[in-house]
Amino acid sequence: MALSYMKNEADAEDVAQEAFVRAFRNLASFRGESKFSTWLISITLNEARTRLRRQKLVPMDSLDTPLDEDGHVSPALLRDWREIPSEAVERGEIRKLLQDAIVCLPDIYRQVFLLRDVEEMNVNETATTLNISVPNVKVRLHRARMMLQKQLAPQLKAATRQSRRRWFPWS
Amino acid sequence: MVIDCKHVWNFISDYIDGTLSEEARTDVQKHLEHCEICSAILDSTRNVIILTADDRIFELPVGFSERLHARIDLELEEHRGDGVKQTPRDVEDS
Repeated sequence: MALSYMKNEADAEDVAQEAFVRAFRNLASFRGESKFSTWLISITLNEARTRLRRQKLVPMDSLDTPLDEDGHVSPALLRDWREIPSEAVERGEIRKLLQDAIVCLPDIYRQVFLLRDVEEMNVNETATTLNISVPNVKVRLHRARMMLQKQLAPQLKAATRQSRRRWFPWS
Repeated sequence: MVIDCKHVWNFISDYIDGTLSEEARTDVQKHLEHCEICSAILDSTRNVIILTADDRIFELPVGFSERLHARIDLELEEHRGDGVKQTPRDVEDS
């Protein structure tokens, strides 16, 4: 999550460390109203925002102002999609495709996607953590998923086609 | 209600999350039964979600845990150094 804000590993690690230390200092204020992981992620995001504000790298109101909330994302049109098994992630080439696609998502979509589909927060937790409305979470998540499908589906299909042929020469 | 492909695309995320109304879900399902392209879009989106959520996509940098532990140890030492002393009452209570 820290990396999704800071964009470079060194700053992201600083943010993550500081978040752990802050959580430790403020452990007494954790009342168990949310999951511990949600609380820790909120602290991480606050720390990241504070740093960015200090560095004046990003105008912070951009997080609350949707860039293109009315825009429409068309998916990649495919006919014969075959499931790509999780084992494919072992291949560096596939991992790089997936990483690049996530990193290239616009900030507002990437943050929602990471919280919902990677950190597995629910819609309300995501809305609270990012200080946006529940409908905004749903719209941004939908866009993020469509953007990823549009970019990744053709790439993954092409990248896995060759190896599949090797396994099943009759296909 | 008969819905076209573009309507189905708008519903894909909610369909995957199971948050569509009963009526909309039925409409989408009927469409998917005969539309090869929308079925492929649904399957590929679901597959992409599974793959991108894999823990191996963003692994922690080498040495992250060690550096974090060192930082927390430092914090613990400072914390102790702050002179958090137990009062006789604390000892009785414990």
